Amino acid sequence: MDPGLGTTSGGLYLSLSENEQRRYTDLLHTLCQPDSSGKVPVSKVGELFRASQLPAETLHQITELCGAKRLGYFGTRQFFFALKLIAAAQSGLPVRIESIKSELPLPQFMGLKNDSSELRISSHSKSAEISGPQSGMLAVKIPRPTLIKNTKHSEGMTEKQEPWSPPLSPIGSPPHSPGYQSSPLCSFGKQRSSTDHIEVSSETKHSSLTATLKEGVSSSNYGISTSHSHSTALKLQSMDRSTEEISSVYPDDLWRINEEQCEYYTVQFKTLQSDLSSHISGSVAKKFFTKSKLSIPELSHIWELSDVDCDGALTWHEFCAAFHLIVARKNGYPLPETLPPTLQPSMLQMDGASQEPKHNNAFFSASFELPPLSHIQKENSEEINAMESSHMPSADADVSSHERQSDSCKSAVSLTMIPEVKGTPTENLPFLGALAKRGNLKHTDRTQEMDPHHKSWTRPRSYSSTSIDDAMKKSEEPPTPPPRPQKTHSRASSLDLNKLFQQNNQGGKSAWLPPPPALPPRPLPSQVTMYNSGSDGASLQKAGHQSNFADFSKYIEESETSQTQPPIKPIRRKHRPESQNLESLETAASLPSSTSVSGSKPHLPVQKQSSKVKKATQTAIRKNKETNAVLARLNSELQQQLKEVHQERIALESQLEQLRPFSFL
Amino acid sequence: MAVCIAVIAKENYPLYIRSIPAENKLKFHYMVHTSLDVVEEKISTVGKALVDQRELYLGLLYPTEDYKVYGYVTNSKVKFVIVVDSSNTALRDNEIRSMFRKLHNSYTDVMCNPFYNPGDTIQSKSFDTMVSGMMLQAC
Repeated sequence: MDPGLGTTSGGLYLSLSENEQRRYTDLLHTLCQPDSSGKVPVSKVGELFRASQLPAETLHQITELCGAKRLGYFGTRQFFFALKLIAAAQSGLPVRIESIKSELPLPQFMGLKNDSSELRISSHSKSAEISGPQSGMLAVKIPRPTLIKNTKHSEGMTEKQEPWSPPLSPIGSPPHSPGYQSSPLCSFGKQRSSTDHIEVSSETKHSSLTATLKEGVSSSNYGISTSHSHSTALKLQSMDRSTEEISSVYPDDLWRINEEQCEYYTVQFKTLQSDLSSHISGSVAKKFFTKSKLSIPELSHIWELSDVDCDGALTWHEFCAAFHLIVARKNGYPLPETLPPTLQPSMLQMDGASQEPKHNNAFFSASFELPPLSHIQKENSEEINAMESSHMPSADADVSSHERQSDSCKSAVSLTMIPEVKGTPTENLPFLGALAKRGNLKHTDRTQEMDPHHKSWTRPRSYSSTSIDDAMKKSEEPPTPPPRPQKTHSRASSLDLNKLFQQNNQGGKSAWLPPPPALPPRPLPSQVTMYNSGSDGASLQKAGHQSNFADFSKYIEESETSQTQPPIKPIRRKHRPESQNLESLETAASLPSSTSVSGSKPHLPVQKQSSKVKKATQTAIRKNKETNAVLARLNSELQQQLKEVHQERIALESQLEQLRPFSFL
Repeated sequence: MAVCIAVIAKENYPLYIRSIPAENKLKFHYMVHTSLDVVEEKISTVGKALVDQRELYLGLLYPTEDYKVYGYVTNSKVKFVIVVDSSNTALRDNEIRSMFRKLHNSYTDVMCNPFYNPGDTIQSKSFDTMVSGMMLQAC
């Protein structure tokens, strides 16, 4: 702001009341342990500032005003100045030098930490987090530049540096104040150290929440020795961490599970159910979630939200969603009415691409460390180390965990930084390799599992299954209809015969016979003519039957032209009207003679072709036989119908006669 | 369409009862209570051996001047009772059946929740939503 401020701050006489003096000094000494140069560690200042719950912009201004920014450090004077300004800001006064001239109420800080830990600094630095959206987080940027110096994980941090970003509004408001968040962590640490001094914020809004958390913490104290409580403690810890994460995130992202959270949830899932692809039963999940100390109705509601397929069991994704909801609820966020889209299993499946179920146990411990090291801030990695060392199945892991811890601090900043972190010591490589794997691998194996959950899963209700197969089979029917009978055998045989007549008249004999070779036609006409002449002669012999002869001649011609043998002729003629039967027989009798007579004459010249003619004749005979059979059948059917009709007629007539006497009357 | 919907436990105490309009609550409670007798009567007529054949949907339990009461009982003797307005003549049997089916499905969803103890009052929000949907269809 004012370049002269530095001097101003230096030259301005800061009037502090006795109370203020005392308070400030206390704060200075207890919280912030200035090093030999008289500078207050910026990290502590940052913590304190955050605890004041002022918007970061205000804190920024305060820092500038009190001259620390300009000087680059917080001296005692600057510190006191800052405190006073904080008090002013909290009282609602603008952040100005003038406002602190009067006596102000003591600044309020929430949940000040008594622990000194450089590692908390590192957690601060980490706060600059990974996940972009969380850049809005509360993380105070003041300490950043100095943090780099202080932290032992400078490598990773340098990459993490973020410019002083403008503060976000949620900072001032949310129930999850940093102090609030840190208090349980503090308490955790204190469990170890067996002292518990948590300064609960004076703000009532948060007090209840802190109280509940403290309860949880204290309850976890009892269980700390048992493995049972480990999960609880971890849960709380994770909740705190994720709390912080959530608090810093925009409300939209509240329902988005991060990779770290996901990892942590996965770990917890594994403790309950080793197979990631199967379900956690309802009772097991109930026991686990009850540890979160949420009320039963709320847990019930959370279950309702997260168990999308309503099967009384939780899949991995459902479990993550439920866990996430619990964490959110613990932090004071009201539960949504419906499951947010980002938490739905279908969604989680995509997000969970970084998860690889095929972890080695060695990697488990590593991943175990990750969530604690989540992007979020005030993590006391020492605490975490201590925490997790107690959870490590093997004591050996402690040492390695510490090492890994430190290294994973770098890497944990973001999984996306993996390629950059590859320069780390070799012992980290397997760990990082696992991280890379997790980061890169897709969740192909999950897709299948999640497919049923993708769809709007409704429990299969009883309903009759449509017999699609049956319908398919039916469509295959009907088989091809039986081949149609030959035209010659059809009912309209008479028509065919007419055709025959026409054909005969035309003399195109070959057309009528389908199989006959082309050769026969030649001799046929000659034979036909012979036969015709013969038949004519036969017909002429019977002058008395001229009327019939006309028909017969035709038939005879036909039969001869069809090259049927004489015996067939009479059979054919039987199909004629009954009145002509005798005549036909007679003519048939006469015909053979005539044909034989006529046949003998041309016998010699025809001899050569007789064999072919015979074959053709035989086929024709066969055909004619079939035709005859059909016609005979037809005739019998018609005869039967005629009889029936006759009988009906008789019956009707008798009825009529019966009725007649009545009608006459 | 429904004016009042109630879920009654095996021991004949209500697990869930909700009615609109809100001022006639007592009347509807009483009506549901009286309908329990009819339900008992209906399920007792079928012999023990025929439990499987007993249909879940009981149909119209009894009509009053203003209302008609329909009943449905599950295999675990949990009863659902729906009270509809008599003036709502367009309501067919099929629709009532579908309403009961929905109720039954929602009830099973509630039971699947491990945090729900059978015998507790139903406080599930999804169940409430479903019931509201059913009750407000016609209104």
